[in-house]
Order: sequence, then structure tokens, then C-alpha cells
Amino acid sequence: MLNFIARRLLQLIPTLFFVSVLIFSLQQLLPGDPATIMAGEERDPEVIAQIRHQYRLDQPIPVQYVYWVKGVLSGDLGESMRIHVPVRDLVLEKLPVTAQLAAMAIVIALTIGIGAGVISAVKKNSVWDYAANGLALWGISTPNFWLGIMLIFLFSVKLEWLPASGYVPLTEDWKASLASTIMPAFVLGNAIAAVLMRHTRSAMLQVLDSDYVRTARAKGLSERAVIFKHAMRNALTPVITLGALELGTLLSGAVLTEQIFTIPGFGKLIVDSVFNRDYAVVQGVVLVTATMYITLNLIADVAYILVNPRLRGS
Amino acid sequence: MADTTLNGALLAKAETVETPARRALRRLVRRRGAVLGLAIIVLFIAMAVFAPLIMPFDPTAQSWTAVRKAPSLMHWFGTDDLGRDVLTRVVYGARASLAAGVVSVGIAMAVGVPLGLSAGYLGGWLDILIGRMTDAMLACPYLILAIALAAFLGPSLGNAMIAIGVATTPIYIRLTRGQVLTVKVEEYVEAARAVGNPRWRIAIVHILPNILPALLVQATLSIAAAIIAEASLSFLGLGQQPPEPSWGSMLNSAQRFLINAPWMAIWPGLAIFLSVLSFNLLGDGLRDALDPRQR
Repeated sequence: MLNFIARRLLQLIPTLFFVSVLIFSLQQLLPGDPATIMAGEERDPEVIAQIRHQYRLDQPIPVQYVYWVKGVLSGDLGESMRIHVPVRDLVLEKLPVTAQLAAMAIVIALTIGIGAGVISAVKKNSVWDYAANGLALWGISTPNFWLGIMLIFLFSVKLEWLPASGYVPLTEDWKASLASTIMPAFVLGNAIAAVLMRHTRSAMLQVLDSDYVRTARAKGLSERAVIFKHAMRNALTPVITLGALELGTLLSGAVLTEQIFTIPGFGKLIVDSVFNRDYAVVQGVVLVTATMYITLNLIADVAYILVNPRLRGS
Repeated sequence: MADTTLNGALLAKAETVETPARRALRRLVRRRGAVLGLAIIVLFIAMAVFAPLIMPFDPTAQSWTAVRKAPSLMHWFGTDDLGRDVLTRVVYGARASLAAGVVSVGIAMAVGVPLGLSAGYLGGWLDILIGRMTDAMLACPYLILAIALAAFLGPSLGNAMIAIGVATTPIYIRLTRGQVLTVKVEEYVEAARAVGNPRWRIAIVHILPNILPALLVQATLSIAAAIIAEASLSFLGLGQQPPEPSWGSMLNSAQRFLINAPWMAIWPGLAIFLSVLSFNLLGDGLRDALDPRQR
């Protein structure tokens, strides 16, 4: 087990190296000279030279990369060129907002996805199965920004039940906080629910067809006990670890969802920095996102081994 | 005489033996979802190609006397904030979405398949290098990577296609590599090697055709994802630029008029949903039809 974790940690090193190269190279795609862009309309040659020196743009690219990595490793993700605030502070400020949204989205996705998946498998080839499959296809095919707009139209404009935009922190007023985040959380959870439903259905079908479930039924156990105590426990292990890998979908979804519902989170930070041409923030946010994704992948892998007794010894 | 009968019997048998492609097609048309998906795709392609012939309005022509008009006999889907016919813009918008879907997946396949083929077939340090690069790209969430690339390249439909294509590439590298690893140990590949075929010929002539079904299924599903990605980038202002129509940018402007003109948001969103759904239905159908276990 420890060997496995050590091997996976070692594999992370080259991956993280390439992630850093990829993100650093983004800056090289910029048309024109960043120093000239940063110098503003006056384009004073002295100012340009000073900026070039300050941001080490006068150094060769590999040297610039080394300085950038050194900074990142010491927790310095650079500074916003627009508001002159460290990127790290911006990330730390916005992350809790997205984390709340993501946590709510995961709860919604697990409830709908696993519920629909189990019903679909237990009632295979019934109306319920077709309905659950239809729901999954709908979830995968609906663009979340459109779903968000339609929910605002229904629940904010027509029914006036929920606020159309804005965010109230949990610590301030939990009821208002839930009201402001329930729609975006549903939008985010919707696509993941669809994926989880498909995984749950296929895992449950496999388990329901296995010998030990047949034995449990032969012993005279009630169908409820067979499904909830015997089948679901085994079927849901891979589903939950696979669900953890949906973090990427969650973060990608947060970009548009936070934009639509005007939620000041991580996703809105990346869009705002794109429009403000604040490339240091874009780089920092993509780096943090990728690192989070890689870490969660590792945790999901280790968790899978931990909860699966057959793999633990190997 | 006996020879003629034998030849005739062999010929008849050859005619009744089904080719894999024909068998897949027969199984595909039996799946109602896939046929429905294909029909909607054909409809969207026809809309995109014949837009100037079927639509009476110019998609970019503004009319100050027809601003935000509700759906009517004249304007079936209503008009937008600049008095443009929404139906016309939805029909023309299919061009940007379908082009983005096909071109970006084309870019991803053109880069990803050769890299995956080389990594899987040649192995060694090249495989390790390509593998780690792929892991790095997959570590950046798809849409975030596409947004970052589109932002750095500059906003335009062409750059959005490149950004989506690059973000999709690692999926093809990984898929192709995995498929090659399975196929390269097959006996017919061994046989091709034994008769002295060069490595490039084995990879292209013997391995590639056998991994095409898996790539085809992935391509169909990737087009669906690319259509959503293009709409997302256009929604953010990083894709198709105004006044040219795109479903994503139409939704962006619709958001501001949700109270007075909800039709501006309903139709482009429905168009995205239907096109994505149809590619997903076709992809699911293709996967089942091409799955050898379901023979």
C-alpha cells in the first residue's frame, strides 16, 4: 500500500513539471510584447524597459521559467497586473465560495445520480429505467449556462422564489446563503448526476447479477435488504471514487455558472481576469486548478485501494 | 462441372458474408435513438448549408422597428434586442457550432492519433514522454484550458476552434495509445511483422484501421462536447464575434432581456441542446453497434 502511494507520488513529479511548462507557455502565446501592453497607451521606452526588468522579461525564456517555478514553489503565484494584489490572496479569497458551491453540487449529484442509477438498475427495462436513462442523457446534453438562464427565468423572474444573482456567505445568513446558491449548485450538480447515474446503473447491474446477491435472495432476505445492504455497498465503491474524478467538470462548470449567477468565486475570477487581460491571474488560477485536480485524482486512487479489500494486499 | 458448382457456392457464400462495416450499419439502424440522432444531425447540416436559401432575413440586418418582438407569423421565434430575426440567427448559428465541432475534433484527431499511435506502438522513452505530457494536459479541466488558450490566442471563432482542439487532443492520445496496446499483440500484426513490413506500414495499414471504430465513437461524442465548448466560449465573448450569429453569443445577449424577451434565450439554448443530444445519441448507438461483444 505504502509502495503504491510512493509510486503514485513519484509519478506526480513529471506530470507537475509538464503542467508547469504548459501553463508557463501560455504566456508565450500572447500576441505582442507583454511589457508594451502593460506600459499602457503612452508606451514610454523607459517604462517599458523598467517593466521588462521588473518582470524579468529581459531574461531568456528558460531563466524566466526557473524564476516563475521558484516563486510558485514558495507560494508566490505572481501579482495581478490590474489590481496589484498577490494572485495567492485572490485565490484564497475566492476558493471558499466555489468550495461551498461545489459541496452543494456534489450532494445534489450524489442524491440524484445514485438514486436514479439504483432505481434504473433494479427496475431494468421498465418505464423507470427509460426515464432515468432519459434523465441522464438530458443532463449530459444540456449546456449548464442555458439551464442556469432557464432556472433564473422560472424561479426568479416568473415565480419570484429565489434571487437571480448574488452571493451571501454561509457565515452571514445561512438561509439567504442557501437561497443564493441552490440554483447554481443544481446547475453544477446536474451534469455530474448524469455521469454518476450511468456509472451506478452499470455497477448495480453487474452486482445484482453476481452469485452472492443470488445467495442472499435464496436465504430469503427481503429485496430491500438485498439491494441496500448487499448490492449497493459493493456497487457504490467504484462509483464514489469515479465521482471524485468529476472535479474537473465541476470546476469547468463553475466558470460559466458563477458568471451567470454573478457569484464571486473561482470561476468568475478566471473569466474576469481573462477579460481584464490579467494573465498572471489566469496562469495562477489554472495552476491551482490543475494541482487540485491532480491531488484529488491521487486521493481517489488511494481511496479506491483502501475501500477495496481485494486490492489492499497487492 | 463440379468446379463450376463449387465456385458458384463459394461466390454465393462470399456474398452472404457480412463485412464488419455493413454489420455495424445494420445494427446501428436498429437503434431508434441513434437513427433519431442522425436525422437531427442531417437536419442541422442542411440548415447550416442551405441557410441563405431557406431564410428570408439577413442574420445581421438590424431593424429598429422590430426590436424584441414576440414570436409571430412574420418572426416565428421572435426578434432580438437589435430587431434581428431569432429563427434566422438560430439557423445561421448552426454554421459556427457545427464547424467548431467538426474542425476542433479534426484538429484533436490530427494531432492526437499520430502521437498516441507512436506512443503505443514504439513504446520506450517516447511513450513515457507523451504519456506525461498527456497527463499534464488532462490535469487542466477541459473548459478552463480552452478558455485560457482562447484568451491568450485572442477572441475569434478560429482561435476558439484551435483552443477546443488542443484541449481535446489528450483524450485522443490516451485512447489511441490504449487501443494500439491491445491491437499490436494480435496475430495478424505479428504476421505483418514476420513478413518484413516496416514499422510505419504496420502502424498505418494494419493497426490504424482496426482502432478506427473506437476513434469514430469518441469523435461523435467529442463533437457534442466541442459544440458545448464553442457555445461556452462564444457566451463568454471568446468565440464567434458579433454581429455574426452563434448560439452561445445569442444566449449571452438574451440574458439581459430575460424579463421582456425570454424567447431570445429559449431557442438558441434549445438548438444547442438538440444538436448535442443528437451527437450523444448517435455516439451511444455507434458504441453499441461497433461493440464486438454485442454480436
